[in-house]
Amino acid sequence: MAAVTQDTAVSTGRVTRAFIYLLLLLFALFYLLPLYVMGVNSVKPLEEITGGNMMALPQVWTLDPWRSAWSTAQIGVEPTGLKPYFLNSILMVVPAVAISTIVGALNGYVLTKWRFRGDTWVFGLMLFSCFIPFQIVLIPMAVVLGKLGLAGSVPGLILVHVVYGIGFTTLYFRNYYAAFPTELVRAAQIDGAGFFQIFWRILLPVSGPIAVVSVIWQFTNIWNDFLFGASFGGTSQPMTVALNNLVQSSTGVKEYNVHFAGAILAALPTLVVYIVAGRYFVRGLMAGSVKG
Amino acid sequence: MGFLDIRNVTKSYGNVEVLHRVDIAVEEGEFLVLVGPSGCGKSTLLNMIAGLEGITGGEIAIKGRVVNGVHPSKRNIAMVFQSYALYPNMTVGQNMTFGLEMHGVPKPERERALADVAKLLQIDHLLDRKPGQLSGGQRQRVAMGRALVRNPDVFLFDEPLSNLDAKLRVDMRTEIKKLHQKLKTTIVYVTHDQIEAMTLSTRIAVMNKGYVQQLGTPKEIYDTPANLFVATFMGSPAMNIIPAKVVLRDGVPHAAVTDADGAERVLRFSQPSLTAWEGKDIHLGIRPEAITDPEGADRKSGNIQSLSNRVTVTEPAGSDTFVTMTLGGRDAIARMRADASVAAGQSYDFAVNMDKAVAFDPATEARILP
Repeated sequence: MAAVTQDTAVSTGRVTRAFIYLLLLLFALFYLLPLYVMGVNSVKPLEEITGGNMMALPQVWTLDPWRSAWSTAQIGVEPTGLKPYFLNSILMVVPAVAISTIVGALNGYVLTKWRFRGDTWVFGLMLFSCFIPFQIVLIPMAVVLGKLGLAGSVPGLILVHVVYGIGFTTLYFRNYYAAFPTELVRAAQIDGAGFFQIFWRILLPVSGPIAVVSVIWQFTNIWNDFLFGASFGGTSQPMTVALNNLVQSSTGVKEYNVHFAGAILAALPTLVVYIVAGRYFVRGLMAGSVKG
Repeated sequence: MGFLDIRNVTKSYGNVEVLHRVDIAVEEGEFLVLVGPSGCGKSTLLNMIAGLEGITGGEIAIKGRVVNGVHPSKRNIAMVFQSYALYPNMTVGQNMTFGLEMHGVPKPERERALADVAKLLQIDHLLDRKPGQLSGGQRQRVAMGRALVRNPDVFLFDEPLSNLDAKLRVDMRTEIKKLHQKLKTTIVYVTHDQIEAMTLSTRIAVMNKGYVQQLGTPKEIYDTPANLFVATFMGSPAMNIIPAKVVLRDGVPHAAVTDADGAERVLRFSQPSLTAWEGKDIHLGIRPEAITDPEGADRKSGNIQSLSNRVTVTEPAGSDTFVTMTLGGRDAIARMRADASVAAGQSYDFAVNMDKAVAFDPATEARILP
């Protein structure tokens, strides 16, 4: 048997192996190319870009484009740089991610361990919200925000993103908790733990992988959102809108080096989240998606 | 009135009644085993005692207090689950004291209770480990420990041994029995394993299809099963159920059965009351150990009947030899001494202990005698 399986197994000779690595390397370089272009051009003076090769390394290294993008570049009419908008994004994204993840976890807990008549319908309707395109809800959302007095504010954006995110987070947590043994919940009930105690002491401690999935998903989605930010941001627009205003300005010289620096700044937080929590991402997706 | 009273309890899901008027009074210190095949309602009944499932009709009282609608944690019960249900994120010690913590017992008292129980179950060295680091038997002990720490009125066990391998199961069975003898606690224990039921219990409730088929001591259940279901469910190998006819010889009732060759053989009943059934068909129930070789027959029995029959198969099991024959058109098993000289295909004179025979009505399947 062993001989047979060896004969039919994929041959991994040296040549094949070298070829595979070469191919992988090429792909990796290809995907890294945009980042390289952004990186090198964000540390060059503007003349080097306009006058020469985009791909070349800088002749004069400078961090001025970064300083400019961060604190002095013209965003719209104000020369504030991206700094205040970065802060807006942080103020929006942190509470929105936290609230939608916690609510999603609670929903998942109720939908699997405290089932009630019609719970599958409720879940189905929540799932439905994952498929509603952003554009459809813009006008009703504007009306609601206006009535609540939250239009054009960070809390308004938080509300929008929480509402939009709950469908996804509920889906993740429900499927994860469906595989969680109900006997544990029953044991805790007999032990005298209440609704929130069971959630807090029994379920949450083992929810690490799926919480990471939920956080990454929500963080990238909310951070990268442009439409809601542009529509409901008002005076507290997020980073994405500011970046657009920086890059799309139709007057003056196009400062490509500053634009590159700004774009990297806008992408940096999601990159950090992926690098820090990324290895749990796939694991959690697998755990949450298959069973249920 | 018992310590734990189950009075006329029914359970329905929608229009389907799954438990029908269950009536059991459990005395203090009793070890009641609910036994039956899967889907018989035994776990449902246990969950109703625990308060994990609602009671549709009737009432359940613990220590004279009706607990219908009372939250599980307020019933002063503890439960050991089939999967042990240990909290994976807590250490063994935390697992065991979680219930006390939730009930607001102060820490020094919790520590004392934990130390006592850990010593009793010999798990003191495991207290800092996580459940994932324990073997099956150790988890089982921890699960029992978690129940014991609370010092509840009633212990509920839901098939606690079915996840263990065969040898460990026997050891833990003895352990549980020792524990019960030592602590004299009231226990309700659910299992589908009739040997567990026989060995552990002081009383057994045999359940099937949502009905309690028979409630009695292990001996009553084994020797005088209420009906054909109980007779065949309890005991391994199962009781032989042989179609027979009641005939009178000199005014004394006998069971007439056909042997492997279709010839009629008669076995005298020990009870004269069967005269009324003369000429009628019955099912004759005889346990395998009541059909033996003549030397191995029970000397205290007052009614050993000889039965000559052809042997179909012999199965030596080491301690005994099981012999299969055809009786009344069905296979019947006899349990012989290990060194009884029996060979397949040959005729043999079996000794049937008719004192242990049970007769059933074929129509109602209920026991007629003894």
